[in-house]
Amino acid sequence: MHNKIIEWLEHRTGIQSAIKNFLYEDIPASSGWHQVIGSMAVFFFIIQVFTGGLLAFNYAPTPGDAYNSVKYIMTELTGGSLIRGLHHWGASMMLIIVVLHMLQVFLYGAYKKPREATWMMGVVLLLVTLAFGLTGYLLPWDNRAYWGTVVTTQIAGQAPIAGQYLTRLLGGEGSVGNVTFSRFYALHTVLLPPLTMILIGIHIYLVRKHGVTPAVGDVAPRRKFFPEQVFKDTVGVSIGFLILFMMAVFARVPLGRLADPTDTNFIPRPEWYFLFLFQTLKFFKGPLEAVGSVVLPGVAVLTLFLIPFIDRAPLVRLGKRTFAFAFAALGLIAWTGLTTAAIVTTPKTVEADETAPGAENLQAWQQLTPEELQGLAYFRKQNCKACHPGAGQRGIGPDLTQMIPAHRNAAWMIPHFKSPAQVVPGSSMPPVQLDDAGLNALSALVLKLTPQNEAGLLSAPDYVVQGALIYQTSHCDACHQIMGAGKKVGPPLDGVGQHRDRAWLEKHFQDPKSTSPGSIMPPYKFTPPEMDAICKYLLQLVKAGG
Amino acid sequence: MDDQHQSHEVADDLSPTRRSFYIKFIYGIMTAIGAALAAPAAIYLLFPPRIPKEGQWVDAADLGNLPTGTPEEISYQRTRVDGWKVTSEKATAWIVKKPDNQVIAFAPQCTHLGCAYHWDDPSHTFICPCHTSSFSIDGKVLAGPAPRPLDRYEVKVDGSRLQIGPLEPHA
Repeated sequence: MHNKIIEWLEHRTGIQSAIKNFLYEDIPASSGWHQVIGSMAVFFFIIQVFTGGLLAFNYAPTPGDAYNSVKYIMTELTGGSLIRGLHHWGASMMLIIVVLHMLQVFLYGAYKKPREATWMMGVVLLLVTLAFGLTGYLLPWDNRAYWGTVVTTQIAGQAPIAGQYLTRLLGGEGSVGNVTFSRFYALHTVLLPPLTMILIGIHIYLVRKHGVTPAVGDVAPRRKFFPEQVFKDTVGVSIGFLILFMMAVFARVPLGRLADPTDTNFIPRPEWYFLFLFQTLKFFKGPLEAVGSVVLPGVAVLTLFLIPFIDRAPLVRLGKRTFAFAFAALGLIAWTGLTTAAIVTTPKTVEADETAPGAENLQAWQQLTPEELQGLAYFRKQNCKACHPGAGQRGIGPDLTQMIPAHRNAAWMIPHFKSPAQVVPGSSMPPVQLDDAGLNALSALVLKLTPQNEAGLLSAPDYVVQGALIYQTSHCDACHQIMGAGKKVGPPLDGVGQHRDRAWLEKHFQDPKSTSPGSIMPPYKFTPPEMDAICKYLLQLVKAGG
Repeated sequence: MDDQHQSHEVADDLSPTRRSFYIKFIYGIMTAIGAALAAPAAIYLLFPPRIPKEGQWVDAADLGNLPTGTPEEISYQRTRVDGWKVTSEKATAWIVKKPDNQVIAFAPQCTHLGCAYHWDDPSHTFICPCHTSSFSIDGKVLAGPAPRPLDRYEVKVDGSRLQIGPLEPHA
């Protein structure tokens, strides 16, 4: 039965002979361990496609939502952080392997006639691998991603002549936002993967056309690719996979704070393999900047591309390729030196990993003061979202994340809430029925919204919003401070959960003197749901800067 | 693996034991790597998210405004955890207030394939427009392909306010 199916398949498709033809390729007797790296590169590409596809199943490709969905993958889904780990570290390993593969080909002189095109296709594949890294870096939409991309698009803008067009193409005109994000996402997931598959196909076709490069003077009878060389490839692949798996399990992939364009404390740094370019930039001042950012890297890529035409001497033994070794060593030393310098000169950041154990509660909405959360309570109650559905979505009302760019402030907002049509003639918005404190709170929230933080801020859980509402309407801020807002009569409440628990808080509300002798705080009689909300809210407060 | 079959096609100076070791190793490692990728992938895709499914109670309606003995569709606002987002959304339920002030809240989907059913006053039944399932006022299947009675939400009456909770597990 089994044989019958294979026979049928072979007769109708020729698949069996195709596989045999592929596996039983003649290879030189001198081929061996040094040639396994190319197969490893293909293997790592497959890993990236597989894990990337899995990530895409739970990823929302818009700013704000992207961050929340990556966090969801990391903290809510079983195996999610492993899959992201495989993809994240797999990207680095793939680049290392591609470079090692090129280094091997370079040192052995395997790019020489008639294999020039194979080499050039390889250089294109290196650039594609770097493009994957560059575009993928933005997708988690944390501070690291955001600021790294701001710098990238600015560098692209420095290219002579093409600069402004490149910036426009990357959607980086004005600022990095929705457009850049979508373009990077499209490049990373739609354009680059099939392009890479085609390029790998051409690359392998060229390798097969010209055959694996034999060592000088190799006249021994040729061998078959399968099974001996495939065995060696498999050993290489399994070692690479083992390292990757260990890293994915044991090395946490960080997810920083939600991208914040107003964060002046964040120190942007590119991914480690771009650090040498980053460091190079520091040597060029003023108008010479473009030399470091565009001209030098351009010349380097061009040189790499043209190596087969620069070195046209006949193939010699590996031991005699002194110049090639010197060239590679020099490149390696320069790269190591620049990368080390970049690492050494980077100040230690205090950027917290938002998905690290113990940091699960650090959410975008924790940047909101009690008043802003009170505003969010009214935002939900008034169902503002029905007409203002969010950045980039069509609604009856305007995009609320554009209020600051449109130079709106509280002095404009509050009269507008009271009677919209008087401030904006023709507005169909109903007046907001709230007292002045409520209007202030709503205005504070709306003015806090940006396209980057909107989704994160508005997703605050209901207990937080209700707790903050009780906190505000009970005027707790007349004596206490949260995030610097409020008076300092009583102790500040940021991080109160670190030294008080639920039972203590409840007792304290009912009879403050019983838990804090000498306290001047009056007792508060909350209903059970109110008590639940305010305690939960207070216990999740984090210490400022923590 | 049919080694004999392959070896006559391939000129190779490998000893049969060596050859068979290579082949076993290749298949073994490839299977192991495949499993190391497939297992986490299956777990990642099939395990439910860790978000605690707390039974959320929502204040939905004022009982005084509801008729006795006739089902009434009410709509209310509730928040729901939807993947990585907490959304506030409009939800509906069919409420039956009995003369003894007992309240039933039916989930608004037909138990057959989830279409929205409605109350048909003349026939005194709930009718689903999709596949003509019909249900009595207490949710029992009267006709059509529906496999079980209408699903109910847990309800609490707080004074005159009706609170709607999570779905009752079906019997």
